[in-house]
Amino acid sequence: MSSSCLVNNEDTFNDEEISRLSLEIELLKQELNKKTELLKTKQKKCLTKLDVSRYSRQIILPEIGIEGQKKLKNASVLIIGVGGLGCPSSMYLASAGVGTIGLVDYDEVELNNLHRQLLHGQCNVGMRKVESGKLSLSRMNEDVNIVVHDVQLDGYNSLDIFKQYDVIIDASDNLVTRYIINDTCVKAGKPLVSGSAIHCDGQLTVYNYKGSVCFRCLHPKPQSPETIGNCASAGVLGPVPGVIGVLQAMETIKIIIDHPNVLYNSLLLYDGGDCNFKKIKLTNVKRAGCLCTRSTEDIVITMDYEEFCGSKANDKFKTLNLLNEDERITVIDLNKLISQNQPCLVIDVRKNVEYDMCHLPFSVNIQLNDLKREKTLLELIKQINSYSKTPNVITICRRGNDSQRAVKELKKYPQITKKVNWIKDVIGGLNEWSMKIDKTFPMY
Amino acid sequence: MDICSKSLNITAEFTSGLQILFNNVKKHNVVLPETDEPWTLGLLLIWIKDNLLVEKEKCDLFLKGNTVRPGIIVAVNDQDWELLGNVKYQIKNNDNITFISTLHGG
Ligand SMILES: [Zn+2]
Repeated sequence: MSSSCLVNNEDTFNDEEISRLSLEIELLKQELNKKTELLKTKQKKCLTKLDVSRYSRQIILPEIGIEGQKKLKNASVLIIGVGGLGCPSSMYLASAGVGTIGLVDYDEVELNNLHRQLLHGQCNVGMRKVESGKLSLSRMNEDVNIVVHDVQLDGYNSLDIFKQYDVIIDASDNLVTRYIINDTCVKAGKPLVSGSAIHCDGQLTVYNYKGSVCFRCLHPKPQSPETIGNCASAGVLGPVPGVIGVLQAMETIKIIIDHPNVLYNSLLLYDGGDCNFKKIKLTNVKRAGCLCTRSTEDIVITMDYEEFCGSKANDKFKTLNLLNEDERITVIDLNKLISQNQPCLVIDVRKNVEYDMCHLPFSVNIQLNDLKREKTLLELIKQINSYSKTPNVITICRRGNDSQRAVKELKKYPQITKKVNWIKDVIGGLNEWSMKIDKTFPMY
Repeated sequence: MDICSKSLNITAEFTSGLQILFNNVKKHNVVLPETDEPWTLGLLLIWIKDNLLVEKEKCDLFLKGNTVRPGIIVAVNDQDWELLGNVKYQIKNNDNITFISTLHGG
């Protein structure tokens, strides 16, 4: 009895000491945090010795100097899209010592991104782009504060994000997002460094800077979706967005250090094929009635941007339904027909270069556009006639839109329809084949 | 001297992908024939449609109504036509007229 009483007393004593120590540690921790914060603000205001040596090669420029480097350190830049443009622009800005860089993206890293999106490595495939981007940028410069915004940008969430930054970089890949970014920049009063690239061509300009025009002044009406190319279908050579992204970083640095010759009221064109740069002088007069001529509180940015543009806020593929259900077969049906040796003429209607890239061994290649040609049709009829039994005609393409168009085109000619059982297309095309039948078939 | 009655030598350039509508040729040296009316950019658009555009059924990828479709910027000697009177601009000898398709990829 008595011994247990003694233990209890000692326990009580220990408990008291433990809570006293815990409290003390807690207070010390708070003190430490306070001092760390203070140190950070002090360090932010001035350049540390390490900063000076790290950035010496650019500080030496009269355009930058100590003052310019301090401005960079205190600046915050938001980059929308961590893709072909966002990767190079963020790399150069992080390396130049921009204090805070925000990344907006809602996509995952795909294998077919790697040829141009150099922040993402092979091991990052499948990872959120913002996370992969943050990882690489932090590795380049641990002093930069990288903030990730893993959101699909829209008129409801954009303003709160934009307000936290000094300069906005449009490195997006679609028209809808470009309007959202422009309108938010106008409302928030932020300069917009806009870049775009496709194929071998790139474009660059700065909107909403020192009273300059905005994207909407130049493009009051959205262009129709069929006139817009994207990197997924038209392709893009990696160095092209590389060039434009690096130039976006350059113009951003110039805005931060208040350089006199920022590229506003001008549009820079880069033709990678001809290795040619051209600068077009744009109007410096805002379009009458444009959003940017209104006062901030009258600027509404919550319109239905997708409806306005008639397209989606991504550069993803849109599946069409042009045919009836009984005019289409699945990849499983196709596989069956082929393995049963049914007489089938499988026409791959993609471009020649795509067919050269990969194709089904039993398919022939006739480009969709060539189907209209008389010579092609005659060849095709000859081929149909060469079967001993009446064949079926099956069209296939990358993802199942053009193959539907091809069926519609072929059905216009009685000299073909009379000589075949049926003409159908393959739902989902070669991508579906790759997913369901042959995983080694390249998806692109 | 009446400049309107003389034929004009100009270059028409189609860039940023627009060249696919013109046989993939970017730069066209063009002689605009003599006319009673002065050559304006508006008239040039129709002339291009009739004389340079390869596939006429793809006309709406270039024109809409009496002007270029949304998304195309027109520049005369590297200046946006908005600065020069748009379709009403009177074309001069040796003008370089560039048609630029706005890009949105990235
Ligand atoms: Zn405007």
